[in-house]
Amino acid sequence: MSHERRTLEFYVLAAFFTLFVLFLYGPLSAVLILSFQGPDGGLTFPLNGVSLHWFYNLFEKQAVGDFGASFRRSFTLGLMVMVVNVIVALLAGLAFRHRFRGSTTLFYVTVASLVVPSIIISLGIGVVFQQFGLRPAWYSSGFGAHLTWTLPFGVLIMFAVFNRFSPAYEEAARDLGATPWQTFRHVVLPMIAPSLIGVGLFGFTLSYDEFARTLMTSGTYNTLPLEIYGMTTNVTTPVLYALGTVTTLFSFTIILVALAVILVLRRRQAKIS
Amino acid sequence: MTAIATSGEIKAGKAPRFLAAPQWLIAYLQATPLILILGFFFILPILTIFVVSFWDYDFAGLYPDFLTMNYTDTLGSWVTWKTYLNTLKFTAITWALTLVIGFWVAYFLAFHIRTTTMQTVLFLVCTVPFLTSNIIRMISWIPVLGRNGLVNSTLIELGIIPEPIEWLLYSDFAVVLAMVHLNTLFMVTPIFNTLMRIDRSLIEAARDCGATGWQILWNVILPLAKPGMAIGSIFVVTLVMADFSTVQVMSGGQSASVALMMKNQMSLLQYPAAAANAVVLLIVVLLMVAAILRVVDIRKEL
Repeated sequence: MSHERRTLEFYVLAAFFTLFVLFLYGPLSAVLILSFQGPDGGLTFPLNGVSLHWFYNLFEKQAVGDFGASFRRSFTLGLMVMVVNVIVALLAGLAFRHRFRGSTTLFYVTVASLVVPSIIISLGIGVVFQQFGLRPAWYSSGFGAHLTWTLPFGVLIMFAVFNRFSPAYEEAARDLGATPWQTFRHVVLPMIAPSLIGVGLFGFTLSYDEFARTLMTSGTYNTLPLEIYGMTTNVTTPVLYALGTVTTLFSFTIILVALAVILVLRRRQAKIS
Repeated sequence: MTAIATSGEIKAGKAPRFLAAPQWLIAYLQATPLILILGFFFILPILTIFVVSFWDYDFAGLYPDFLTMNYTDTLGSWVTWKTYLNTLKFTAITWALTLVIGFWVAYFLAFHIRTTTMQTVLFLVCTVPFLTSNIIRMISWIPVLGRNGLVNSTLIELGIIPEPIEWLLYSDFAVVLAMVHLNTLFMVTPIFNTLMRIDRSLIEAARDCGATGWQILWNVILPLAKPGMAIGSIFVVTLVMADFSTVQVMSGGQSASVALMMKNQMSLLQYPAAAANAVVLLIVVLLMVAAILRVVDIRKEL
């Protein structure tokens, strides 16, 4: 009796889950297909022939904004955020293993940085730079704005990782005569490496796609999401979809590479132990 | 720095008699980069907004002052109240929908998928879109919902409707749909996390005591899933309350939100007015978060 119920529940929920996945990916695939629209085609179905016209169009500078340069800026910024995110989150994670005065406050400030509306942080950093007479730029004010969004994720992940991290491994290494640096380098680091890659992946992708916090802080030159945001109001050709396809495929590639590295690391660990 | 810091920390942890910096100092050094970054790019900007919200301004610049004008202007205008009401409406609807959808998706993943590998794969399938551009995902609704979009043309071909439905795109419906599309993952992840940590023997015990499936769900699983639901709710509520892009793009400029109002003031360089709105919005959002936090201590849940 109970077994029968369970199967019915399973099929209903499986159908619901399938619908959810379709809901997530359906619209994206529409963009993917429509980016191959023929030269005379519009923003909606049906396809008016199949061509790479809009991809060519994308890489001609005069057709849309400077897509190449904004992509390079977003990519560089993403890498900067990724590196800083990993280092700072790791250090903060190590710090949070001990109680220190103000650790609770620091924890809540970190969470608050995630919770406070992006546009408020954007406005605040913009005004701070203006009052100090500094020129906002994507690599200074924009960089800081992105960190207020990516660091909380990184710190929370490291916090969770170290919460479950048994000190027995470090004690064992020490008993066997390892120096503290050796203990960290050869025991702790390999164990948390997959999480660190996760933190780096989050840092990069969140920064690469972020735009609410970049709005007031990017200065003269746009990052890629700002460029796309601008395009939504004044571009009415499928070149918008071509750009969407290119950036989405780029994101997917980054995610897959990171996941593959995590998988390889896990495998290697499993082999050792 | 990592080397020094860690070495000291470990020594201090086990053998305090060795020559090593005290543990609290090491912890501070390790936390310093985080403190500096958040101090300069988070705390300082928030304080500045608070100060500037009392300043005077004209088209040429900002003038230090102590005026409450920016607050009385914004709170005294019915447009502000209407905008808040609209934002709260979006938040409430999106929150309810993402909570229900997020719970069932997480429940399915946690209790109906047997192998860990399959669980991981399906979970990643849900997570990957979250790591792609929000704006692209908003734009992707245009070919689906537009006047000649997929939904309308399919319905017309099937003879269900005689002419295209106008309110599919550039409407409140589109805004809510896109918000659910963008934010459900923030619900799925924390709920999935808490569900995975529920001791399966509790469910066995409930079943042995004669509980029906619904009783188990209602009396065992739901109460234990509350922390995850609370964390997901914090994400969704704060993201939707602060949203301007989804409202702008998906309503085609026909609907308003508080953040969109701020953004318009910012583009007119009315920073003190925007700052006053920011302070009000911040207080509202923090009150909502505090209300949710009464349900759960997040530090315990990580």
